[in-house]
Amino acid sequence: MLRQALAITGIGIRSIPERWAPSLVIVIGLAGVVAVFTALLAMAAGFESTLRATGRSDAALILRGGSDAELNSAFDRESTDLIREEPGILKGSDGKPLASAELMVIAELVRKDDVKNGANITVRGVEPPAFALRPHLKMVAGRNFTPGLREMIVGRGVLQQFQGANLGQVVRMRGSEWTVVGAFESHDAHDSELWCDVEVARTTFGRRGSSSVLAALDGPEGFARLKSAVAADPRLTMDVMREQDYFSGQTKQFRKTIGFLAGVVTIIMALGAVFAALNSMYAAVAARGKEIATLRAIGFGGLPVVVSVMIEALLLALAGGLLGALIAYALFNNFAVSTLGQNFTQVVFDFKVTPELVIRGLVIAVVIGMVGGLLPALRAARLPITVSLREQ
Amino acid sequence: MTKTSFVVANLFRKRTRTILTLLSVIMAFLLFGLLQSVNTVFNAGADFVGATRLMVQARVSFTSPLPISMVPKLESMPGVTRVAYQQWFGGVWQENTPLIMFSTDPGRYHDVYPEYVMADAQWQTFARTRTGMIAGKQLAEQYGWKIGQKIPIASNIYPQKNGSKAWAFDLVGIFDGKDEDWKKRTNLAYIQQDYFDEANQFGVKGRANFFVLKLADGANAEAISHSIDAMFENSPDETKTQTEKDFNISFVKQVGDIGLIVRWILFAVFFTLLLVVGNTMAQSVRERIPELAVLKTLGFTDGSVLGFVLAEAFALCLFGGLIGLVLASISSALVSKGTGGQFQLTLDGSVWLIGIVAIVLMSLAVGLLPALRARRLRIVDALAGR
Repeated sequence: MLRQALAITGIGIRSIPERWAPSLVIVIGLAGVVAVFTALLAMAAGFESTLRATGRSDAALILRGGSDAELNSAFDRESTDLIREEPGILKGSDGKPLASAELMVIAELVRKDDVKNGANITVRGVEPPAFALRPHLKMVAGRNFTPGLREMIVGRGVLQQFQGANLGQVVRMRGSEWTVVGAFESHDAHDSELWCDVEVARTTFGRRGSSSVLAALDGPEGFARLKSAVAADPRLTMDVMREQDYFSGQTKQFRKTIGFLAGVVTIIMALGAVFAALNSMYAAVAARGKEIATLRAIGFGGLPVVVSVMIEALLLALAGGLLGALIAYALFNNFAVSTLGQNFTQVVFDFKVTPELVIRGLVIAVVIGMVGGLLPALRAARLPITVSLREQ
Repeated sequence: MTKTSFVVANLFRKRTRTILTLLSVIMAFLLFGLLQSVNTVFNAGADFVGATRLMVQARVSFTSPLPISMVPKLESMPGVTRVAYQQWFGGVWQENTPLIMFSTDPGRYHDVYPEYVMADAQWQTFARTRTGMIAGKQLAEQYGWKIGQKIPIASNIYPQKNGSKAWAFDLVGIFDGKDEDWKKRTNLAYIQQDYFDEANQFGVKGRANFFVLKLADGANAEAISHSIDAMFENSPDETKTQTEKDFNISFVKQVGDIGLIVRWILFAVFFTLLLVVGNTMAQSVRERIPELAVLKTLGFTDGSVLGFVLAEAFALCLFGGLIGLVLASISSALVSKGTGGQFQLTLDGSVWLIGIVAIVLMSLAVGLLPALRARRLRIVDALAGR
């Protein structure tokens, strides 16, 4: 049986060039489905990996109770200092708690491909420990800002996507002027931010307190200790969460939206592709009607015919799927875009065409190929030999 | 047999093939209709804003509020007739559903937005009731709010004086839009600025994210924008003034270039479809070469043979396209219903128009080559099978 199937498949595949047009329809049709599917989910994957990379599990982010996002959070100087003294926070080499009180404000910059529409960009005022807390953040050009001066450093993503914050340029905010003195790279959400000295930000923007405190945790028990201490402190109403959880939580909505879009688009496109594949395989079977009938007349069974048609459909589908994944990879891998994040500011991220997505795309292609091949295969096997042989 | 029925009969000589091709076309246009209407939703804010209004926000970002004390200055600008303001409340319904909710001055708001329709008595009650709230019809219907109810709403930004973030407001009015476009924008709610100023714990007082300026008829919006921004330049409250339309556009652009994504998907879909239908047409002409030659022998001109083939392609695309667009209308109506009007998908005239253009272009693209081939046929060669 297997030998028969292989033999028929061999003949079928060798004859594909003679009926290349319908075969091409399957390949291109599936390439389209898989390319769109992969590219859409690569967007979700990229967003997710950017935010995932941002949070550490051994650091805690403290926000005002019930604020959900840094943007909504604000508390005064006293609370900031109280938090810093809570137990569970790791001490730095200078013996002080390794924690950074940060103030988030929003600036508007214009996208590179735009002329007037401003997009919200996070400006983060930080304390010196901020850099020790994010060890993956590296300066890539210029120098760090000088504490006490109206200087800023700019993330790679902002540099890439927006205008007006290049090295040496002056960013104007509320009548104040800030010089961009350096650029940094962190391969996470901070790439979409501008950083400056928190004290200067406070005085310039007339804010007294902070938006958040980021603190390194003192060992595995640190989080629980810090959380219960803050909860027990009557002077504080704060939410304590692991930094990683905070950032991972933000991807949920985006993943849901994109997942829904990708689902609907893929299902409709896949249906269209199934019809196209059916069409092509019916045509292929019809074109080989006489040949198949001859084979069956000389003793080949019906099942090998079914199997061979299915194999042909699957191979074409797989080729289409691979082509689609390749197109998605070539066009979109590391394609940088930005969207609104939780803080109502832009998060710059790259599309990520992951191996997992490619495999899922190929699975879809194979399923479509199977569905598209089955009915024509059955027809090929069922057609009465005499009828087929008599056909012109 | 008429020419039309001849075309239809030819289409259905290979019934399976025609139906399968038709289904592919239907799927493509279904997707086209849905994606285009998503695209219009995102670009919607822009087109229907009839009245000339200006939005004034802080230059740095609309998330940093400006002092309401700017109102008299703005109102004294020549060409500006009335100024309203809005402060974002950060409203949250039940567990975690964010609401579009602002505090405002009821009287000013009513003056500046005549597009929102509500009984005068309700406007007056709103102005009188300190804890009053008015909600758009969509929003009220979605959550089943009735006038007279006390609506519990939390804020993810502002606690009350007692530290609690759970607020409650008396629903005193439900407003609707004056026309279809504005009816779609009634998914928001307003509370009293005075009450908010007094009751929030932060002492955030007299601040607003936006000023909305109503202009006199024929006023030069651009010139007024420039003079407003010039007036506040280099102050701690620098402004950025845009027309309402531009504001809406840039707001949507923050989310990202939805149009670009839609274009890429549709490109992939139609490219594939071109191949599918093109292949069907080419195949059907190839099979019928002797027949077409017979037609010519019978006296049909080259032009009419070309016409037959083109008509087949057109019929295939037209039926498929129309069915697909109708399906898209139905499913978008279902989406709107299913989301309680929060996500209003509609296939408006422009989508249909682009759809029809796509159908025509598509039929030409897939029909022209086979049709030309049919036209060029020489009777002798075709009949001889050469």
